[in-house]
Amino acid sequence: MVSIPFPVVRPLKPVGIWGWLTTIDHKKIGVLYGTTAFILFLTGGVEALLIRLQLAIPNNTLVAPEVYNQLFTMHGTTMIFLAIMPLGAAFFNFVIPLQIGARDVAFPRLNAFSFWTFLAGAIILKMSWVLGGAPNAGWFGYAPITGKIFNLGHGIDFWIVGLQVLGVASLAAAFNFIVTIVNMRAPGMTLMRMPIFTWMTLITSILLVLAFPVITVALIELMFDRTFGTVFFVTSGGGDPLLWQHLFWVFGHPEVYILILPAMGIISEIIPTFSRKPIFGYNVVVLSGVIIGFLGWMVWSHHMFTVGLGPIANSIFAITTMLIAIPTGVKIFNWIATLWKGSIDLKSPMLYSIGFIVLFVIGGLSGTMHSSAASDAQQQDTYFIVAHIHYVLFGGSLFAIFAGIHYWFPKVTGRLMNELSGRISFLLLFVGMNITFFPMHFLGLDGMPRRTYTYSSEMGWDLWNLVATLGVFFIIAAVLLFLHNVTRSWRKGEKADSDPWDGRTLEWSIPSPVPEYNFVEIPIVKSRDDFWEKKRSGDTSEIELNLREPTGDIHLPQPSYWPAFASLGMLIGGFGLVYLLDSMLGLLAAVVGGMIIMISIYAWSFEPVNDPDVSGHH
Amino acid sequence: MANLNTTHSEHEEHTTTGLNNRKMLMWAFLGSDCMFFAALIATYVIYSGQIVGGGPVPEDVFSIPVTSVSTFVLLMSSMSMVLAYSALVRGQIKNFQIWILSTAFLGMTFIGFQVFEFRDFVLHGLTPKTNLFGSTFFVLTGFHGAHVTLGIIWLLSLYFFSLRGGVTPERHLDVDLAALYWHFVDVVWIVIFTVVYLLGVFPGI
Amino acid sequence: MSDMDKTHSAHPSPRKYLMVASALVVLTAIEVGIFYVESLGKGIIPILFILSAFKFALVGMFYMHLRYDSRLFSIFFITGLVLASLVTLALMTLFGMFN
Repeated sequence: MVSIPFPVVRPLKPVGIWGWLTTIDHKKIGVLYGTTAFILFLTGGVEALLIRLQLAIPNNTLVAPEVYNQLFTMHGTTMIFLAIMPLGAAFFNFVIPLQIGARDVAFPRLNAFSFWTFLAGAIILKMSWVLGGAPNAGWFGYAPITGKIFNLGHGIDFWIVGLQVLGVASLAAAFNFIVTIVNMRAPGMTLMRMPIFTWMTLITSILLVLAFPVITVALIELMFDRTFGTVFFVTSGGGDPLLWQHLFWVFGHPEVYILILPAMGIISEIIPTFSRKPIFGYNVVVLSGVIIGFLGWMVWSHHMFTVGLGPIANSIFAITTMLIAIPTGVKIFNWIATLWKGSIDLKSPMLYSIGFIVLFVIGGLSGTMHSSAASDAQQQDTYFIVAHIHYVLFGGSLFAIFAGIHYWFPKVTGRLMNELSGRISFLLLFVGMNITFFPMHFLGLDGMPRRTYTYSSEMGWDLWNLVATLGVFFIIAAVLLFLHNVTRSWRKGEKADSDPWDGRTLEWSIPSPVPEYNFVEIPIVKSRDDFWEKKRSGDTSEIELNLREPTGDIHLPQPSYWPAFASLGMLIGGFGLVYLLDSMLGLLAAVVGGMIIMISIYAWSFEPVNDPDVSGHH
Repeated sequence: MANLNTTHSEHEEHTTTGLNNRKMLMWAFLGSDCMFFAALIATYVIYSGQIVGGGPVPEDVFSIPVTSVSTFVLLMSSMSMVLAYSALVRGQIKNFQIWILSTAFLGMTFIGFQVFEFRDFVLHGLTPKTNLFGSTFFVLTGFHGAHVTLGIIWLLSLYFFSLRGGVTPERHLDVDLAALYWHFVDVVWIVIFTVVYLLGVFPGI
Repeated sequence: MSDMDKTHSAHPSPRKYLMVASALVVLTAIEVGIFYVESLGKGIIPILFILSAFKFALVGMFYMHLRYDSRLFSIFFITGLVLASLVTLALMTLFGMFN
């Protein structure tokens, strides 16, 4: 037999912190993503709170302009990359293998690596606050203000490196989910029998792997400008700031579909369940998701209607943008038709889902208004856009995430969240969100520009800004109550059985919380909503089997040190890249980080897959 | 008992499509990497012909004869790669070792040409900082070269592992994956050679 | 070894690989050759693209086995390739390279 180059020992049933550090179990990784992302979401909320406090009254001096720029930059970057995306990942991780009838994802260690690398990226980004200043050029970092001439400090470097590290994490996860969904479905689960959430995850993952490389290149070019003196976006060298905008938005537009499609997937699970009806027009819902994914590549310059692309380009992008409203709107009708004459149960997941429909439609309407290049010329860079963004991302993605947390909480923890508390939270959040963001439509149309740290009373914006800030306190109350609900229910909530909602999909056919091996026996899928159908037809032998203890050994993948270790290399290397030119220490960190990654890759490759002594222990 | 983490689980593992997970991963990755190089190539092409402030232009520094040779070398490395895989699948371990080492050496020769070229350009006054041509050229070909270098390391690792008897016909997938990556890197060069070099200095346009 | 059967339904011989290699060399030689034919003018662009596309296809189909493997792999790769090409062309258009 072959002797391995160096001794590598796989951890043997680690517990406690080591257990979490070395886990490759998709369920644990989902919990890691969820809790980490929620904490980061709260930091993004604090950043928003400070923005709103500053804007509550005219000529306010709560926050200096330089700090204000960092606040809105970090708020956007945090919410998109450190909150919504990883919260989505939390659901992908926990739910997808269960929905497709698998024991884990295709590449469990790569999955763990994705989480730890995400954490590394989050640390790099957030640490910028205390290491000389956070990035300050908006979440979209337009050149040339991100260049060395206008931005001497390291804030932008943290932004670049943080995003690159996060990009690696997202790419790895997306590749993993593509292979998992394509290749690890239970027998009988054809593509058209997959749950909608699984479909949306697949489309999102495809978008991710095709879009991220483009921003990777843009960030490389920017980094080279700042660190090595290239002239990609340096106007004196012939660089064109518009190239940055194009490259960014070629990524950036698919990115917003990456943010909303999983949310739509979650809603598409909850609404049928709490209407006790199958989703209306499954084929069309899937197809519209595919079309959105496809058309999403053709609309990017609608973010650039005011840069002077010319009437032909503007017209083409306006038309494609209007077109993409169609499949989006179709989904709304499908959800409404699902609700129609359904046996509606207004539990918290359902409340958030209906809230999603209402708020996302409002966001979609303002979005359609932006699609006309002519009217967008007035709306661009005003609070009208801020209103749109928050209706679709807060009212849309975030509401869906809250819905999903309520919905799958019993599956994760074995306990139910408190319903009364959930409903109050929903109400507070719904009301607060509208108080804060609806007035922004007026402010925008009245000319209030984005990203400006204060305004004068003469503009007539005082009232709505104050109202918007007041709404924030409802949101805070809602979130605090929600957090209390989650933490209390996790330990003391009412116990849930395997199927508290009379669910339709496979994850409800196994115990709550889910045993390590997921399924005693992988089910044989005979139809869409297989679990629901089997319950109704009395074909329950498989279900009963999966609720009992397994009789034999179940072979499971083993924990590993190397994913977390590799991510440590990303963290150290990342900091090294930020400080590369500052001192030898920066270069050293970059080299050490790189070496750690290389060592991890080799160790990972040579690590034995399954230690025969420690196979399934049930 | 130390295995490369391929054998056990994959031979017995049933997949929905019947296709191997890792191979599928590699193809997804290659599709994604197309977008990476597209963004770099698009940057290069968009900025081509826009030289502000002086500094060398492609005509000043490119040598088509020299680059043709390095292109030929890389193409031959793809051939030796394919022969390496073919030998392995037939159980001809010794031949496999010769061919995979040759592939690595041809790759290193290609990198050698790149290094020579970069040095030559610098001596002619072209650096990444000089102008848009310098920036776009060095970053595009530099990242391609980095891909090649990672590939060489991968191939050499396989070679040394096989010296210890670690590469067998059953483990052909490990070599197949490296081969796919290697061919992709070659194919990207085909595009770069045409778009950057040939079309860059063709006197007729 | 069903795993091997599924992904290696056909296996080109070394001879076939050498033939592909020769074709690649010849195509490259032609590319370099016509480079010196100044009179082609802008016409060289489509010619070079076709020649390169041919080389690309040869490597993809035979060396990377796409011709012999599952069509799903081709779909994965071609999706990336097509999107990459379209985005590049779109960007070139937006920057006025085709005026």
